[in-house]
Amino acid sequence: MAEQDKVILHGMWASPYAKRVELALNFKGIPYEYVEEDLRNKSELLLKYNPVHKKVPVLVHNGKAIAESMVILEYIDETWKDGPKLLPSDSYRRAQARFWSSFIQDQLMEASFLVVKTDGEAQQKAVEQVYEKLNVVEDGMKSYLAERNASTESNFGIVEIVFCALFGPYKAHEEVLGMKFIVPEKFPLLFSWLMAIVEVEAVKKATPPHEKTVGILQLFRQSALKSSAAA
Amino acid sequence: MASESSEVRLLGKWASPFSNRVDLALKLKGVPYKYSEEDLANKSEDLLKYNPVHKKVPVLVHNGNPLPESLVIVEYIDETWKNNPLLPQDPYERALARFWAKTLDDKILPAIWNACWSDEKGREKAVEEALEALEILQEALKEKRFFGGENIGLVDIAANFIGYWVAILQEIAGLELLTIEKFPKLYKWSQEFANHPVIKDGLPPRDELFAFFKASAKK
Repeated sequence: MAEQDKVILHGMWASPYAKRVELALNFKGIPYEYVEEDLRNKSELLLKYNPVHKKVPVLVHNGKAIAESMVILEYIDETWKDGPKLLPSDSYRRAQARFWSSFIQDQLMEASFLVVKTDGEAQQKAVEQVYEKLNVVEDGMKSYLAERNASTESNFGIVEIVFCALFGPYKAHEEVLGMKFIVPEKFPLLFSWLMAIVEVEAVKKATPPHEKTVGILQLFRQSALKSSAAA
Repeated sequence: MASESSEVRLLGKWASPFSNRVDLALKLKGVPYKYSEEDLANKSEDLLKYNPVHKKVPVLVHNGNPLPESLVIVEYIDETWKNNPLLPQDPYERALARFWAKTLDDKILPAIWNACWSDEKGREKAVEEALEALEILQEALKEKRFFGGENIGLVDIAANFIGYWVAILQEIAGLELLTIEKFPKLYKWSQEFANHPVIKDGLPPRDELFAFFKASAKK
């Protein structure tokens, strides 16, 4: 790679999508400049770099812009070839990694946001939905993680990244919601996996202060409850 | 490495563009495979075994190893059989291709689908969004013959719904979405796509597809 690699990440500190890219860059040891976007007042640059979706994250590498977090992760892995890989080198394992990352994203993201945005019976229903999907992941990870060959595959890849970006803030979830998503008794494998993931250096570096995360989660929850009460 | 004796099976649904993507990728690579038609109202043991998570098609089974999700399968096919590459070599170009494939699934296809199935009430807005989506897609094509350049690539395959299904669905819905007047470049692409020698053989017959969706529209 060129000596003067300029890498800029446009993100938002509380966005799980942007977090994925932070985690990847940290894990690969890639130096980058970070631009915090105010999502209510997006920068000219962001709109120029991602005219189709107008969203974070966007990675700008030597002036070239890449949008969509999963696309960015693959780009990072293919461009910085030294050091640990984010995707397995075996093509079947790689396909499985892509499948599980997609699954967690598609089935658990909105579902867990719903838990934050609701209360009472609606919340209980939302929690059941999340648990149902987590059961599938618990089962899936049994084989996916067991079949991992430690000598050819890193233990922190795109599946870990996607899972961590969503469920990493478990302490804040517990404080604000009074409940856990990754209940140890229900999901023993996911629980021990998550506990190991949050100890990874790249993750610790990207973890904001607890009070800050609690604050934004509370804000998100209060404003959602208020607008549904007013509806 | 794929050997001559590797066994490839596809569990699919003939009318599904997602299932069709896998047919197209396998045919473009010249990979022999066994196809099983799935009745989604009466799922086979094989489907339940090979895709316990989603119980959906398509599922590719290669040497006994199952894989669901059409775009995951297409990338797997591209990496396993290296002739006629579907993705470019350069990481940035690859990122662009993946971006458009994802945008097709997340934004463009749903917008078109909604417009074609919308009721009176939501029609105007749905059509507006569909036209916006087609505009975005046309811009991505630029002056190229295919999204993949001179040859069919990942994005062309991912856009099979636009290249072939839309013409049929819009006719049934009585809408004019993808027309030569509105989107000359994209329209031209759809003709090139549907007439490409390998693709042509891989697409379901137009009349049958029309009849199938017309029947669904009546329900």
